[in-house]
Amino acid sequence: MTQSTIPKPQMPWGTSKAQRMATASLLVLAGLLAGAAIELTGLSGKLGFAAAYFFFASLVIFAQQLQLRDLAAAKDSLLSSFALLAMTITLIPIVSIVSTVVLKGYKGIHFGMFTNDMTQASVNDPVQAGGLLHALVGTIIMVGGALIVSFPIGLLTALYLTEIRGSLARPIKFLVQAMSGVPSIVAGLFILSILVIPVTQELNGLMGSLALSILMIPTIARTAEEMLLLIPNELREAGVALGATQWRTVSGVVVPAAKSGLVTAVILGIARIIGETAPILLVSGGADALNFNPMSGPMGSLPFYIWKAFLTGGTEEAYARAWGGMLILLILIMVLFGLARYLSGRRAV
Amino acid sequence: MTLLENRSAEIPAPREITTKPRRSDQIFRAVVTIGGMTSLVILGLIALFLSLKGISVLRVEKFTFITESKWEVLQDAEGKVAESTFGLGAMLIGTFLSAFIAVIVGVPIAVLSALYLTFYARGPVKKLLISLIDLMAAFPSLLFGFWGFIVLMGSAEYWAKLLNKYLGFIPIFDVPAPIFERSPFIAGLVLAIMIIPIVTAISREIFDQTPLDRVQAAYALGASKLAMIRAVVIPYGRGGVVGGAMLGLGRAMGETVAVYTVLNVVYQVNWQVLFGAGGNVASLILLKFGEAGPEEVNALMAAGLVLFLLTLTVNAISDVLINKFGKKGR
Repeated sequence: MTQSTIPKPQMPWGTSKAQRMATASLLVLAGLLAGAAIELTGLSGKLGFAAAYFFFASLVIFAQQLQLRDLAAAKDSLLSSFALLAMTITLIPIVSIVSTVVLKGYKGIHFGMFTNDMTQASVNDPVQAGGLLHALVGTIIMVGGALIVSFPIGLLTALYLTEIRGSLARPIKFLVQAMSGVPSIVAGLFILSILVIPVTQELNGLMGSLALSILMIPTIARTAEEMLLLIPNELREAGVALGATQWRTVSGVVVPAAKSGLVTAVILGIARIIGETAPILLVSGGADALNFNPMSGPMGSLPFYIWKAFLTGGTEEAYARAWGGMLILLILIMVLFGLARYLSGRRAV
Repeated sequence: MTLLENRSAEIPAPREITTKPRRSDQIFRAVVTIGGMTSLVILGLIALFLSLKGISVLRVEKFTFITESKWEVLQDAEGKVAESTFGLGAMLIGTFLSAFIAVIVGVPIAVLSALYLTFYARGPVKKLLISLIDLMAAFPSLLFGFWGFIVLMGSAEYWAKLLNKYLGFIPIFDVPAPIFERSPFIAGLVLAIMIIPIVTAISREIFDQTPLDRVQAAYALGASKLAMIRAVVIPYGRGGVVGGAMLGLGRAMGETVAVYTVLNVVYQVNWQVLFGAGGNVASLILLKFGEAGPEEVNALMAAGLVLFLLTLTVNAISDVLINKFGKKGR
């Protein structure tokens, strides 16, 4: 029995240790050059250093590739530098936004904010006074109202596009897409022109709900459509083959099978509208007092709370209050988003 | 014989075989079709009611509502409206200006990011990056606006000064007074950051649909990544990426809150993008709405109608482009 030695797998195309060392030292060199550029030219600050560093790093790697291989490889390295740079630039705002909100927002968070409204306090009072109970309640009521209006419409639209597939499916798909591009302020103006000015003459939570649902319907319809398309056609055929009518197939087989997908659609719809500000400012009035009745009287909301603290305040306390509200809003959005990810990722698609 | 006859008597008549839908299906199909029409109805109603409100102003101003740059309401001694002129010109220029800055800055970054996500990133890092970008697309515009005002303003001002210093001889980078804060340039940067996740997501989807056989054929012929992307991915995805850029343009044109917070909204024609004044149609509506009288509200409705039609057109073009070029691979 001869012991055959299995050769260790090698990757001759991979980078060797020496090459990696060379690249690392080149990147250090680029750092030094960037530092020199900061000292000698008009550039300054962290941003200036980053820009100079990127310039020199891509330059030295370009030269290295040109020397080791050829011009094509050098140009290729340039593309990868630029792609990496673009990705970094895309990520900087996300990191910066989240860290800003967390760092500035935690000062505005206190336990009393969930039990008080702003009737007894102004935005410039110390942060401990007042709270955003009214805003949370208002947001929940308005988003809930928008959901009651939007979910049936969104689901029916998605069912029309996936189950009926009528001759109008293409134009309707187009219109849903177009509707998702309606600017939020136009949604507010529309509710003003069709309901508030001619009929109710009053700004209240219901109007806010209706304006928000115009923005919510396309999100729900498109996500629900995608989710229904993921249901294998065999399930529909099985339902019909057992003698079920289309109505029974859809209600008994397709929709239950797509349940978690539809919940995802609802969650994404909520995440889309929960921070909408412009229509809320136009139609829901915006109140500092707790109001449980969407039919009468102005209603507060989280975006309005933040908006008011930011624009009418101007003191440290007002900013802390606004950032605190923003932190709550961001946490809500992140939780909703994570929930949607979890639900849609759980299914083996 | 009798047995057989008896049997046949017991067998019920065969169910009528028909393709005609049952009553329940007829109702179901009718309800779903009506529900499906809602988007058409809502879009129609938006156009109709904004026109109904805005028509009185549009009838007076006619075409000058778009071309003229004057938005004035003169009141007499008793506080009644004596004379009013409504022209959207300056704000339309501002809308296009900030949206174009957003597209010029944002789209190259977004497309390169999409290339990175499709052809460079691997495994869990790729998944994480995609989730982060999708999350960013869900951030409210309020958040972008305040972040832009508090955090971005400082560094953007620095870059604006740099641009002005070295490129000031180009008219649009000139400034009448050294005020660099709250300029259309900074608003454009905030809008660029807002549209990057949207354009990245669409471009990534388009790039993902590049036929794999062609990608592999290019590699087999010895192409580097750059050569492959230039020969296969770009020609294949060009139209879809342009569509994604148009979608971003539409989003940037209709943005209200972020522009309102970052930009110093003043009603004036401002071509000089680094100078701190300007506005867009949406922010004008928000600014003027609070103290507008009935006639001015009608004018704002007309402005909303213009904005609606503008974004609708841009969105329609982008949708056509994305569907035309993005569906081949499926």
